[in-house]
Amino acid sequence: MLRLEKRPTPSRFWAAMTPVLAVLATMIAGGILFAILGKNPFEAIRIIFWDPLFHEQFAAYSRPQLLVKAGPLILIAIGLSLGFRAGIWNIGAEGQYIMGAICGAGAGLALYPSESFLIFPLMILAGALGGWAWAMIPAILKTRFGTNEILVSLMLVYVAENILASVSSGLLRNPEGRGFPGSRNLQQWDASANTEIIAGTGMHWGVAAGFIAVIFAYVLLNKHILGFQIRLTGESPRAARFAGVNPTRLILICLGLSGALAGLAGMFEVTGPAGQISIDFGSGYGFTAIIVAFLGRLHPVGILLAGLLMALTYIGGELAQLMLGLPSAAIQLFQGMLLFFLLAMDVLSNFRIRFGKTEVA
Amino acid sequence: MKFTSILTGAALALGLAGAAMAQDKTKVGFVYVGPVGDGGWTYEHNQGRLAVEKEFGDAVETVFQENVPEGADAERVLTQMALSGADLIFTTSFGYMDPTVNVAAKFPNVKFEHATGYKRADNVSTYSARFYEGRAIQGHIAGKMTKSNVIGYIASFPIPEVIRGINSAYIHAKKVNPDVEFKIIWAYTWFDPAKEADAAKALIEQGADVILQHTDSTAPQAAAEQAGNVITFGQASDMGEYAPMPRVSSIIDNWAPYYLARTKAVMDGTWTSVDTWDGIGAGMVGIGEISDAVPADVKAEALAMKDAIAAGTYHPFTGPLKKQDGSDWLAEGEVADDGTLAGMGFYVEGIVGDIPQ
Amino acid sequence: MDLGSINPILLVASLMVAATPIILAAIGELVVEKAGVLNLGVEGMMITGAVCGFIVAVETDSPTLGFLCAALGGAVLSLLFGLLTQYLLSNQVATGLGLTLFGLGLSALLGQSYVGLKAPATPKLDIPVLSDIPVLGPVLFSHDLMVYLALALLAGVWAVLKYSRAGLILRAVGENHDAAHALGYKVVRIRLLAIMFGGACAGLGGAYVSLIRVPQWTEGMTAGAGWIALAIVVFASWKPGRVLLGAYLFGGITVLQLNLQAAGVAIPVEYLSMSPYLITIVVLVIMSADRSRAALNAPASLGRTFHASH
Repeated sequence: MLRLEKRPTPSRFWAAMTPVLAVLATMIAGGILFAILGKNPFEAIRIIFWDPLFHEQFAAYSRPQLLVKAGPLILIAIGLSLGFRAGIWNIGAEGQYIMGAICGAGAGLALYPSESFLIFPLMILAGALGGWAWAMIPAILKTRFGTNEILVSLMLVYVAENILASVSSGLLRNPEGRGFPGSRNLQQWDASANTEIIAGTGMHWGVAAGFIAVIFAYVLLNKHILGFQIRLTGESPRAARFAGVNPTRLILICLGLSGALAGLAGMFEVTGPAGQISIDFGSGYGFTAIIVAFLGRLHPVGILLAGLLMALTYIGGELAQLMLGLPSAAIQLFQGMLLFFLLAMDVLSNFRIRFGKTEVA
Repeated sequence: MKFTSILTGAALALGLAGAAMAQDKTKVGFVYVGPVGDGGWTYEHNQGRLAVEKEFGDAVETVFQENVPEGADAERVLTQMALSGADLIFTTSFGYMDPTVNVAAKFPNVKFEHATGYKRADNVSTYSARFYEGRAIQGHIAGKMTKSNVIGYIASFPIPEVIRGINSAYIHAKKVNPDVEFKIIWAYTWFDPAKEADAAKALIEQGADVILQHTDSTAPQAAAEQAGNVITFGQASDMGEYAPMPRVSSIIDNWAPYYLARTKAVMDGTWTSVDTWDGIGAGMVGIGEISDAVPADVKAEALAMKDAIAAGTYHPFTGPLKKQDGSDWLAEGEVADDGTLAGMGFYVEGIVGDIPQ
Repeated sequence: MDLGSINPILLVASLMVAATPIILAAIGELVVEKAGVLNLGVEGMMITGAVCGFIVAVETDSPTLGFLCAALGGAVLSLLFGLLTQYLLSNQVATGLGLTLFGLGLSALLGQSYVGLKAPATPKLDIPVLSDIPVLGPVLFSHDLMVYLALALLAGVWAVLKYSRAGLILRAVGENHDAAHALGYKVVRIRLLAIMFGGACAGLGGAYVSLIRVPQWTEGMTAGAGWIALAIVVFASWKPGRVLLGAYLFGGITVLQLNLQAAGVAIPVEYLSMSPYLITIVVLVIMSADRSRAALNAPASLGRTFHASH
């Protein structure tokens, strides 16, 4: 009989090994799937995992694109991971991402067509504030009334989506857009364009912010008292209380930070890769980032790698569609598998597998 | 097949650069906003792609990418497609406008075709269909066949394309039935079967016995079938599985002739940037078979109108026409210009209600 | 504006149909959450049920078999979630989101060759005599069988949770899994059964969309109904009776909104569509603020991983 036994501390060896095992398992299961669909499994796997990085025709373009795709995921996931570690479950990052984009874009568009260099910083501020404010709703409701933040933050995603639909066909609609829903293109307005910091690298301001967030979270968690409080609260809320941690303050800080980072991600996305506020702007980054946070084991460096891996499967998946004609549904299924294998194997780093009879039935 | 092989033969015989012709296949890419299995908009574009494959066989290679979100991802997908050696790329949704123009600037040797947009460049054409021509015929049949004089219209988003369709249908329904009234529901979606079913039911319950739809699912057809004496029209695809009742006819997006012509132009090296807005005449808008549920005389009139539009002798927006607020729009015999139609943001006289802002 | 053209009787009747898929999915999720498990994969299970039901109904020409297989399909998919969260102790939020991704992809692949086909018709019940009663007839007695089945299921779940021993055990597991374990209940097994029940219900709800409501198969056709079901469970504060209220509210807002538009009333559509979510938040706040009614709150172990350490 198999039995799980909790490890006193998570195994570092297995924490590093499980992602590798999970990717291998996904390759095998995915290969079988692709073979059933009548495609060469080895070619498909190569295109998804290898070609975006090393294909002579595409790699020069898709390598920087990995950063573009991973940037917002990492930025949001870092914020979420702080709360998740402390047992504060913000699953409404998608809503905060949308509100950040709306506020950021709105602040800029109010000043159109000024060319002042102050506009972009102002938009960054407005974006962060928008996300922060949206996250403050569940935070305050939780601290004041003890309302469950999982549910409130999730509900607010739908509210944000409706606001998005409203502003893109109303308040922020491009007056020169011939009546179509959607704002002015912020990418084409120099004052608001989120450009690449170094041309050709994909490194726009949002990606840079993502990297800064990784470093910031790493330092916070390892060197700062707040990081200690977050970790302590997550491991033992009672002990944290005895150690003098103020739970209200922690909730406000964790939700506020994750909201602000999600808002920033939305703002950088709308001024950069997406270009405009439109009804379809919310592309699920907020939800995907939850997955990324868990894949990264809620660890800053892990999240960085998980974000890049997730981006790789997106871009590799697109290439597989292009070159092999794989349906996009197969790619979705493949990503789902990867996630399941990673989550399933996670058990190895926290538990030992024992053989033998269980003591208590 | 035959035609191209003759052409290739002719080219070789003339001693043209045979190497360049035979060098490789012409690669044609398609970017879709929905899944090819949506049974509507994307489905019909994919039918066009399949027609290109069938027509040119080994001389072309087609690739496509489905479910591409408008915005950031579109630009990457387009770039990758161009990098993969595509010679011609069709981007089949309005939201791909800016990404198409951006990527086109980076790949001057690749030709781009953007559907329903208005931004062009040396290597970016735009194309769209005059669906309002089909709406005119629908309006005529609807006006003739309604008994309750209430016609329900499921609209998607308040954009010129949709408003044009409402106006065209209304003008022609009113012409044959002065008592007709339009009830319009804005569903704010192109595709949401459950919501479309609800919208159709709401309209039927409020007395509509004709349902026109500018959304892509067959849910309204099913709702009408359940209700009984209600007629509908197929949208985007024929929806023939609901004929002869409730579906009495349809507007079919037929992109195949255009896609064939443009692919041919790239093969021949005659491609230039153009703005195409074709209708029934060019075959871009198809009118699905008018079923036997329509009285023979109405059917004959509808077909006559179709022929007149196709021949260019009749324009659905011909004066005298007034705007909703009563101001004059078109004088007697005057025909609407394409500019006004393309940006249409007003109802014609007689339609009740406001266009949502 | 012509409010008189709205027929309230027909409005209520169509509301009942509109609410049925979300009632089915929500009642399943309610049982899952009562057992202390948060499965965010409802949308994925619904769409899988929708495609399984459609395929089977088309192949066998039997809507009944279609619904049965839809329930089976949803349950099998949910088993994946159950194995991961209960035996391999993965995080429920992430696994649930993954399940939605997985279900959407799987259903699209399975349904590829079924696009554009027509499902066999499910007969309306039209109970004789009763359906001829004015007002009540069209509202209550002229629907398809699934509408009644959904209501019966709801009543059944209510009775089981409230009066039966099984319901008590289920609630105990959801409130405090360690205590339930100490009492000798098999926490993992009970939760697994609850999860599969939730999957089966979501599958039925999906099949209602693909076999009766639309009826057709198209990718992504549930269009967010699973997420609404999740919201309704919360709105209902985990009480089956209020699930009905919530489903009618959410379904009703859409139906009413469309009816008002058809009647020519200019309404801000977006603000109306966000209102059920705002109301849900208000309900949540009222519930949690009133400490004397703390028992109405979420199951205490909701979303927490259980591992018997001894």
